Amino acid sequence: MRIVLALVAVGVLAGIAWAGGQSPAMQAFLAIVAPYVAIAVFVVGIGARVIGWARSAVPFRIPTTCGQERSLSFIRFSPLDNPSSSLGAVGRMALEVLTFRSLFRNTRAELKPGGRLVYSSDKWLWAGALLFHYSFLAVFLRHYRFFVEPVPKVIAVLQGLDGFFQVGVPVFFLTSFGLIAGLGYLLARRLVDARMRYLSLPADYFPLFLLLGIALTGIGMRHLWKVDIVRVKELAIGLVNFHPAVPQGVGPLFYVHLFLVSALLAYFPFSKLVHMAGVFLSPTRNLANNNRAVRHLNPWNPPIVGHTYAEWEEEFHDKMKAAGLPLDRE
Amino acid sequence: MHDGGKILTGLAVFLVLALLPFWHNAVGGTAAAPQPKIVTQEKECVAPRETIRSTHMELLNTWRDTVVREGTRTYMDARGKTVNMSLTNTCLSCHPNKKEFCDACHNYLAVSPYCWQCHVEKKESA
Amino acid sequence: MGHKTEEQLLQIDYAPPKRDWTDPSVDFEARKGTWSYPGKAKNLQYMGFPNPRDWSPTDADWQLPEGWEKIIHDGFKERLEKYRSLKVFMDICVRCGACADKCHFYIGSGDPKNMPVLRAELLRSIYRQDFTTTGKLLGALGGSRKLTPEVLKEWFYYFFQCTECRRCSVFCPYGIDTAEITMLARELLNLVGLNINWVMEPVANCHRTGNHLGIEPHTFKDNIDFLMDELADITGVRCEPSINRKGAEILFVIPSADYFADPGIYTFMGYMLLFKYLDLDITLSAYASEGGNFGLFTSHDTIKKLNYKVYHEAKRLGVKWLIGGECGHMWRVLHQYMNTMNGPVDFLEVPKSPITGTVFDNARSAKIIHICEFTADLIKNGKLKLDPSRNDHRRVTFHDSCNPARAMGLFEEPRYVLKAACNHFFEMPENTIREQTFCCAGGAGLGNDENMEMRLRGGLPRGSAVRYVRDKHGVNTLSCVCAIDRATLSGLCEYWAPEVGVSGVHELLGNALVMPGENERPTDLRGTPIAAREGADHA
Repeated sequence: MRIVLALVAVGVLAGIAWAGGQSPAMQAFLAIVAPYVAIAVFVVGIGARVIGWARSAVPFRIPTTCGQERSLSFIRFSPLDNPSSSLGAVGRMALEVLTFRSLFRNTRAELKPGGRLVYSSDKWLWAGALLFHYSFLAVFLRHYRFFVEPVPKVIAVLQGLDGFFQVGVPVFFLTSFGLIAGLGYLLARRLVDARMRYLSLPADYFPLFLLLGIALTGIGMRHLWKVDIVRVKELAIGLVNFHPAVPQGVGPLFYVHLFLVSALLAYFPFSKLVHMAGVFLSPTRNLANNNRAVRHLNPWNPPIVGHTYAEWEEEFHDKMKAAGLPLDRE
Repeated sequence: MHDGGKILTGLAVFLVLALLPFWHNAVGGTAAAPQPKIVTQEKECVAPRETIRSTHMELLNTWRDTVVREGTRTYMDARGKTVNMSLTNTCLSCHPNKKEFCDACHNYLAVSPYCWQCHVEKKESA
Repeated sequence: MGHKTEEQLLQIDYAPPKRDWTDPSVDFEARKGTWSYPGKAKNLQYMGFPNPRDWSPTDADWQLPEGWEKIIHDGFKERLEKYRSLKVFMDICVRCGACADKCHFYIGSGDPKNMPVLRAELLRSIYRQDFTTTGKLLGALGGSRKLTPEVLKEWFYYFFQCTECRRCSVFCPYGIDTAEITMLARELLNLVGLNINWVMEPVANCHRTGNHLGIEPHTFKDNIDFLMDELADITGVRCEPSINRKGAEILFVIPSADYFADPGIYTFMGYMLLFKYLDLDITLSAYASEGGNFGLFTSHDTIKKLNYKVYHEAKRLGVKWLIGGECGHMWRVLHQYMNTMNGPVDFLEVPKSPITGTVFDNARSAKIIHICEFTADLIKNGKLKLDPSRNDHRRVTFHDSCNPARAMGLFEEPRYVLKAACNHFFEMPENTIREQTFCCAGGAGLGNDENMEMRLRGGLPRGSAVRYVRDKHGVNTLSCVCAIDRATLSGLCEYWAPEVGVSGVHELLGNALVMPGENERPTDLRGTPIAAREGADHA
């Protein structure tokens, strides 16, 4: 049900764009208005989200330590899994963001007969996530060629590497395959694994379907139902120069692609996709484990006083005296 | 502890990266769309203009395979005319100016076809 | 409770139920043995906590206070503003499920709401409804739920079914920490008087007498005198620890179970032998007679309130620095909260071992070190005469306690001590130790008898690992640096890995430490004969 719902939502978006792509009035909306609105919502939305998080304090330094602490000189500590300095914390964040360090630890627990628990390394999620994210990044960067003229050398080099095997005309990009494979895996595990199906929300399927729609229409335009990309680039350059014009003769598939991208951008700040920004602000990862060496300040530290010694001695005075314990007040 | 400075720096980096095409164009200026120069006397190509624009690479690819693998060189085009399947002798006879014709769009879109790894670029006749 | 046989407990169905997780209903009657009794009115009254009353989770009406919806909503809002952790954790979970089978309660029960992701969703669904526009607009489609008494009951059940062990947080790609979520959820529950007595009673006791067990100062002294008599009988060495002594160099803070109950008392004996051996200028305090802090399982304000006495006493006695004993959650507080909450500690000095001269730079601000850090340094510098063969009847493994492991990173110090004090040391499988260690399932206030079925279920992963090394290496001693572990693992081993006993690290050190002027020791500190010695000579 949750799956169908998400699929239908993406289908409706695609349908709107497909139909709209064939009427001139809607073309202007899809090609010009929607992208601008989407970019604005994306940038302002993410900014607002981050500022929202930043407004809340980090009252305590609570890193989850995943390695030996720095204590005695003869004990080797783990500077990246349990950093003792800000630099170490930066390193830990870099590992997390660039290599998905924590997912790399993933294990699968299995209960064998007789109550024996066995844990096996399970790196599929790590590999699938890495494949998807890096493919998506490469695809995203490749699209830069539509937005600037002349195209920077680095983008051309990236394209060259991505199409290294020179299969097909136009050349098939490895990351196109990677993107679909990554998304396919992430979707399949939610569908096949009963536990994942149980905990997944429409909000988990929707972005997957949306991204699949974007990837498939993109690949479709490159390899099957070709589009005059000179016109596409004219539109893109027009958009970033603030004098866009509706492109002539690019076909409805392009509008579907563009509208789904717009939908993704606009959806981003309101969804779990904000993990892109939020991961940087996670207090269990981005802080050094040096609480005893450097005092962390809580801006709202409440002035709480506990049960004082004087109050305590007051209550137990006579008993303490009888027991011969030292007293402040005789 | 709010770490406002670090977060604002991060946001600034995000703004720079997310809107990079805007900054890039604002600094680099606007480029006009390419105008591939056609120098031929022929009125029509082997397929309609829009088809050629989006799918010429497929046509050339098919030609290459047919010629190299089957040895056939005759192609019946959209108008029912037969033409010689040859990049050098057919295509380049109408469009001999690679720099002003092929490269105009290819460079614009950072496309680098490997036609020229085998084919010799025609001496510009114009 | 605990009437279920091992076979029955192991009938774990991991297939998710038909019922959607958004349905909050919990059948407390049918689930007896998996929840804890509520906090008694007298304890809430003593602490000034809201809505004190006597009630039972099996009641239909939980007697929530007037306007409870608003209390929860406002409390939630306030905490979102105060804790970035909560706000970020509410927003960024992608439900990838990496945490699912990392929770000992999920592994042992198969209840999907024990998957950390869903435990957090219980709170997150209300967050979406109350604090996000999309959540409000999309309603159930967006994964939102309305706050109802049923939801609060569900929260009570599941947030008092999490031991705040942080194992899930190790595996989460964003470090989402269910301990943090549970702590804040419990704060919300406390606002409307929903809590458990096994937390509230220690909290009230600790506030009044200085320790969780409610031991008054004269009894504190009696207990220690009695233990020192026992120790003198065994070793021939009389230790005379000082209490509340002004001008001592060091204040020693320990969990109260160490001077109260078997097997913690043997760890206490180990500490005392060590201090006597070193002639250390150190004192105990009958006021700061608890290093543990059940405030951690109640609210941040309560942590601060209870922990107040530690630095307060250090200042009053005029000591230079502090040593903390073997206790798990105590070290979470001492390491990650105390300096921030109760500091700055400008009246103490940077810890420096008077024996070795080592300066503990890692504690230069908080001025407190872990006893294992202290002892490992002594051993490294050759300051202790040890006879590890006196532990030859012990085949030892080490259980990393959750908090020293995942909120501190104390892995090698206790192992260094153990390896010097014991000849037979074996590690449990690597997925069950160090940062991946499994909880004893009795932490965070859940170590009570009425919750026994859930404790045994949650203890399955640890029990299974102990049984593995018992069968493979003949391990008979599970050592640890945590008082709750010492209390709960004993029962757990009895059930899942019989014939394995539980010891503190300093108990084993005490066995091995060759005291000047001591008796020939035929037994260890527990009075167990060191029988293997003669056998070992002949072998």
